[in-house]
Amino acid sequence: MKARTMRRHVRESLKSLVRNGWMTFASVSAVTVTLLLVGVFTALMLNMNKAAIDIEQDVEMNVYIELEATDEAITGLEEQIDELSGVESSTYSTKEQELSDLIESVGEEMELFEQNNPLRNKFIVKATDPKQTERLATEIGDFELVSSVEYGEGKIEQLFKVLDISRNVGVVLILGLLFTAMFLISNTIKITIVARRREIEIMKLVGASNWFIRIPFIFEGIWLGIIGSILPITLVSILYYNVYEFMRPRLETSFIQMLEFTPFIYQINALILLMGVVIGVWGSFMSVRKFLKV
Amino acid sequence: MIQMKEVYKKYPNGIMAANGFDVCIKQGEFVYVVGPSGAGKSTFIKMMYREEKPTTGEILANGVDITRLKDKRVPYLRRNIGVVFQDFKLLNRLTVYENIAFALEVIEEQPTKIKKRVMEVLNLVGLKHKARMMPDELSGGEQQRISIARAIVNKPKVVIADEPTGNLDPETSWEIMTLFEEINAIGTTIVMATHNREIVNTIRQRVIAIENGVIVRDEQRGEYGYES
Repeated sequence: MKARTMRRHVRESLKSLVRNGWMTFASVSAVTVTLLLVGVFTALMLNMNKAAIDIEQDVEMNVYIELEATDEAITGLEEQIDELSGVESSTYSTKEQELSDLIESVGEEMELFEQNNPLRNKFIVKATDPKQTERLATEIGDFELVSSVEYGEGKIEQLFKVLDISRNVGVVLILGLLFTAMFLISNTIKITIVARRREIEIMKLVGASNWFIRIPFIFEGIWLGIIGSILPITLVSILYYNVYEFMRPRLETSFIQMLEFTPFIYQINALILLMGVVIGVWGSFMSVRKFLKV
Repeated sequence: MIQMKEVYKKYPNGIMAANGFDVCIKQGEFVYVVGPSGAGKSTFIKMMYREEKPTTGEILANGVDITRLKDKRVPYLRRNIGVVFQDFKLLNRLTVYENIAFALEVIEEQPTKIKKRVMEVLNLVGLKHKARMMPDELSGGEQQRISIARAIVNKPKVVIADEPTGNLDPETSWEIMTLFEEINAIGTTIVMATHNREIVNTIRQRVIAIENGVIVRDEQRGEYGYES
């Protein structure tokens, strides 16, 4: 297609936006509302996902070693653990180390235990996939010299279930919203096309190719998408900035963190814009289709 | 040259609009298509520019079977055929000039050529001085001249007209017919469906009469043959 023709298509699409003023307004409103909801949901979902990953990564198990184990036996045990499939890392921690950690966090009264340390030597084991924690715990628990394995049984499984469900619900919601928006846009564009049926008919009669007829409508869809994403982008940015500033000091001590404002806001805004354009193009493509049957 | 071989057309509602059309129209001919309403005239005409596809049979345009043309190729067929309608089919938001230029713009003709050619055809239909007006500022006859100008602007070999004088008063109809004769005189084939008895009987040309989807008469220099 020639550059001159492209310029014509762009010009025609812009003219038509102005000419169909109310229809443009209706389409843009539909896109705006949808993208706003999609934007907020996506931001929420991605942060939840981030929290889930943070939580998952914090899952580790404590493998307590029998008191009578010799240093040599402990080294053997460590090798045994490392050889298991799905083990990411294992760190050895002596009972003296454990006690000094305890004294540091609880207070000096714990120093009493220095005479007779009741703690055990342990390994801190992390699984490559946190969901494998349960299986690994059972396997390690069966080893000789292991007195017990602790990993917050029960709680973790439940947490994983909740995270999975909320991820799926989020995806379904966002997809649903996107389809609704496409439907709304394709309907509004369809109405403007019905008004231009005559024009399309004449274009076909004088030998315009289908793409020649289609492209201005596709441009129109792109403009609708772009205009419709302005307000959502602004609002989501402001909202996220405020929530981020509010939450940051409160989450400082926790191992869960929100997604950093700067790369995230660009990513989500690009996503909103892209979705707006896709919705617009798809909507106009679908609605012009039935008018192009030769 | 346009040739129909054993053309049948059955619409989904069961009506047989073409019941074995077998006809040949040579380059440069002037053909009237006559017959009662609903006889199959429009189907005959629409099949020639692939607005309708026959159920069976062949339609050859310069040796190419247009019934087998891929949808993608249909626009190229139409660029060689000008079509004129009873209701003009002009775009009311465009000026006279733009309406005609439109037919060249959609086939991506160069702007300088568009300008030259549009002025040529406006001159031919005698409306050069109204180039900047809007279609609804013109009379019916003038609007039909514009639609004829648009039909011939990319120099088609064939001009197809469906009741071109149907909406016009007698005097204007004669003017339009003179225009068609001029276009025919430069070698363009004209196929015209009409109900105008007076015109057919005065400007004598080949007449194809269709009744109930059958060609009942095909005469050189024929007559209208129906009561108005």
